Amino acid sequence: MSARREALLWLAQRASAMLLAACVLLHLATMVYAVRSGLSAAAILGRTGGNLAWAAAYATFVLAVAVHAPLGLRSVCTEWFGWRGRAWDAAFLGFGLLLALAGWRAVWGVFQ
Amino acid sequence: MDLLRVKIWRGGESGGFATYDVPRQGDQTVLDVVTYIQRQLEPSLAYRFACRVGMCGSCAMTVNGVARWTCRTHVAKVEIDGGLEIAPLRNLPVIKDLVADMREFFGKWKKARGHFVATATRRDEFARISPETPQRKAADAAIECIGCGVCYASCDTVSWNPEYLGPAALNRAWTLFNDVRDGARAERLQDVAGDAGCQGCHTHLSCGERCPKRLQPTAAIAGLKRATALAAMRGKL
Ligand code: SF4
Ligand code: SF4
Ligand code: FES
Repeated sequence: MSARREALLWLAQRASAMLLAACVLLHLATMVYAVRSGLSAAAILGRTGGNLAWAAAYATFVLAVAVHAPLGLRSVCTEWFGWRGRAWDAAFLGFGLLLALAGWRAVWGVFQ
Repeated sequence: MDLLRVKIWRGGESGGFATYDVPRQGDQTVLDVVTYIQRQLEPSLAYRFACRVGMCGSCAMTVNGVARWTCRTHVAKVEIDGGLEIAPLRNLPVIKDLVADMREFFGKWKKARGHFVATATRRDEFARISPETPQRKAADAAIECIGCGVCYASCDTVSWNPEYLGPAALNRAWTLFNDVRDGARAERLQDVAGDAGCQGCHTHLSCGERCPKRLQPTAAIAGLKRATALAAMRGKL
């Protein structure tokens, strides 16, 4: 069972990494565009507000981060500090949820 | 006479380097140097070798910081300013001098189900396996391992995670996973999945860089990662 869980977690980390690569590119392109066109904060908010496509893309970005970061941290911590076991897994899960909630909250704030 | 200055590990886990002067010769191998010291200068020096031609995998040591098969390593290729520093393999307990305890290493082959599980008897027909099938090609690419432990000693993941099965055992599991005659392929996948198994590998590539047989355990491990992930998705792990 644990072998299965580890294999699936590995897959989740790889899949989220691929998603992240795409999201980061999209994010960079958006930033370059915003800076180059000299958009003010208000102008940016004017474009993101109510924009479902934008919100969906960034919500996905947040999801990818929330899956990827805790899994990576988990590997580092088990190897460097020997932090393994259920309690630690719960802590990493909590960290992921925290990232997801904070991120989605930010997306919601800009979307509103 | 041209002399090599050779530092050799003496003792067990705790010990130190002793220095010996060894006459240089053309085409001298590192194993020749160690043998010279043991025969001429230090009869109590413990080390391992058997075939002297790169087949048995018993002569691996750390030479100037790098794990190598010593019988096929020429001094000229590895000496630094006429000096050699020879120590036992890393990531393994030291028994004495240059002899590392290989039990952990081979124990992990066992854990990775590194043995062939027969499905036929000697009374059956020979199995006919085309060398052209992708599975046989994958097995062939990884099959020439001599069990020297060089990759294991070179893998940082082994140092960080003592449970990690290591490149050689996983490489062996991969050859058997691709052997269609084997009867325990699903069980083996179970044995090599997880943090101590193939998912633990960080793709550092040190194993393939150092393997004297020029195998690529990293590629084998990547194959196992794919196979275990696929099996997990299908609920078969
Ligand atoms: S590729 Fe994997 S097995 Fe090879 S040295 Fe790196 S971590 Fe170890
Ligand atoms: S994979 Fe290469 S380095 Fe590792 S034990 Fe086999 S022959 Fe030695
Ligand atoms: S002595 Fe056999 S491989 Fe070196």
